[in-house]
Amino acid sequence: MNAFINHFTFEFKSGLRNANQLMMNYLFPLAFYAMMGLIMTKINPGFTQVLIPSMVVFATMASTVLGLPNPLVELREAGVFRSYKINGIPAVSILVIPVLSTIFHTLIVAAIITFTAGPLFGGVEPQDVPVFILITLLVTFNFGAIGALIGVISANTRATVLWSQLLFLPSMLIGGLMIPISMLPPSAQPLAALLPSSHAMQAYLGLAYRQQTAFDPTISVGVLSVSLVLTFGLAIYLFNWDSKNKTHHGHPLMALLALAPYIAAIFLV
Amino acid sequence: MDTVVSVSHFRKTYGSFVAVDDISFNVQRGEIFGLLGPNGAGKTSTLETLEGIRHSDGGSLEVLGIDPVREPGRLKDVIGVQLQTSGLPGNMKVGEAMRFFCAYHRVTPRMDLIERMGLTEKEDTQYQQLSTGQQRRLALALSVSHQPSLLILDEPTAGLDVNSRSELHDMMLELRKSGTAILLATHDMAEAEKLADRVSVLLGGRVVANGSPRELTTAGSGLTKISIRTEGSIFERKQVKFPAVSQQLFKDDYAIFYSKHPGTSVPALLRYIERQKDTLIDLRVERPSLEERFLEITTPGGGRK
Repeated sequence: MNAFINHFTFEFKSGLRNANQLMMNYLFPLAFYAMMGLIMTKINPGFTQVLIPSMVVFATMASTVLGLPNPLVELREAGVFRSYKINGIPAVSILVIPVLSTIFHTLIVAAIITFTAGPLFGGVEPQDVPVFILITLLVTFNFGAIGALIGVISANTRATVLWSQLLFLPSMLIGGLMIPISMLPPSAQPLAALLPSSHAMQAYLGLAYRQQTAFDPTISVGVLSVSLVLTFGLAIYLFNWDSKNKTHHGHPLMALLALAPYIAAIFLV
Repeated sequence: MDTVVSVSHFRKTYGSFVAVDDISFNVQRGEIFGLLGPNGAGKTSTLETLEGIRHSDGGSLEVLGIDPVREPGRLKDVIGVQLQTSGLPGNMKVGEAMRFFCAYHRVTPRMDLIERMGLTEKEDTQYQQLSTGQQRRLALALSVSHQPSLLILDEPTAGLDVNSRSELHDMMLELRKSGTAILLATHDMAEAEKLADRVSVLLGGRVVANGSPRELTTAGSGLTKISIRTEGSIFERKQVKFPAVSQQLFKDDYAIFYSKHPGTSVPALLRYIERQKDTLIDLRVERPSLEERFLEITTPGGGRK
């Protein structure tokens, strides 16, 4: 327990000390939130309905999908995981603890957004707060697992940028953050079902805000839950403590299995 | 003496490349054992397999009765490893690093070691802000914080200044005195000669020589190096044959003679200087160093230029 607390405390402080992580955990999501709150709510007053969930999902993606993978790759490349392994630190801790500390930062930002969106920008608060909290936990853990998997399978930091942007950019465009999924052309809706952000937004709007949604929100919760278990399982299985180690399990392309619940969602929602 | 490390007919391959081919050695308690060899000789592969982070492709390895290949999890409490590369996150502070690793080893943080390494004032400094010498000292403090029976050091003094190097050497000798076995991989022959009780020289994945540094140097060509500098540089102007001298050359104002019997060669050389009415400035008689013996073993042609 002492080891866990020490490790978690260090990783949490790293999220503040490291300029890139500080940027992705706090500065970028909060600046974007302020901009959207100031501008988007004036352009489209209906955006106040989704301001809180969309900015929470955005902040989660910034810290996990964009912020988490790089430090994992850098530590592996620098031989830090090798040193951890020699000192008996289990692979699960090497992955779980950075994910947990990133989620902790994300939850702080989510709380800031949730408590300030109403008074500052007229953001509509959720109708069912406990469900909102549960969905936030599910969404942050799910994206945390995705960030860990990207960090595990990326051969170098350039590859993390590629994989992260491959998920981040479509999520911004058709993932329900800026434009409701129901307003997308019918041909784009199955593509939206491939994105975790779409399911996160459907779960928030359908269950915490009790609004009409394009997908069945309970199915979206199911997809996110299966995805969390599968993605984190794959990240642990494919984890490699040293890029020179040729004896690790599985091929990185196995990570594509993490898409399975989302592909299934195309036919289910 | 208790055997701490036992390596028998160990073999390690990477695809078709044979990195280590049938090597055997053992390390006793309270002994510094040097693993010497040029780059690619198989030192790091051997150390990493002993550390439990690589698989073996043949032979057997044991560290205090633990098979590092089959039971790597049991190793962490009995070995300490100072890695060649950093091994610490750049933004981890000195004090944090000690608390972090001690927590995983389930021991009380050894802040006394931080003090012993002269890092007390750096306790709140991030690892990336330390000098190379301070980083090495911290790595050594962390590697011995749980009082391991075996300490594995891979190029521990690479990039250090003279003072830091000397301090680290003193620490190693202290640890040896307290009964810790030290497995030292180094390129630095002077370091191995000064510290190691026994050494094995690896070349192309095989052991090509082993024994104490003294045994190795005397088992070589047995030639003694005689270096002479004179005012008139008579040896440069004219090459003369001297008794028992098998080779002579001229380098940096010194005439260098390799002799099988320095007792015969030195008086002959001095008589020659006197006869030529030259004046002796400097005379050095040295037994071959481990470095020269190493070059003799690992370089085609003996490495003497």
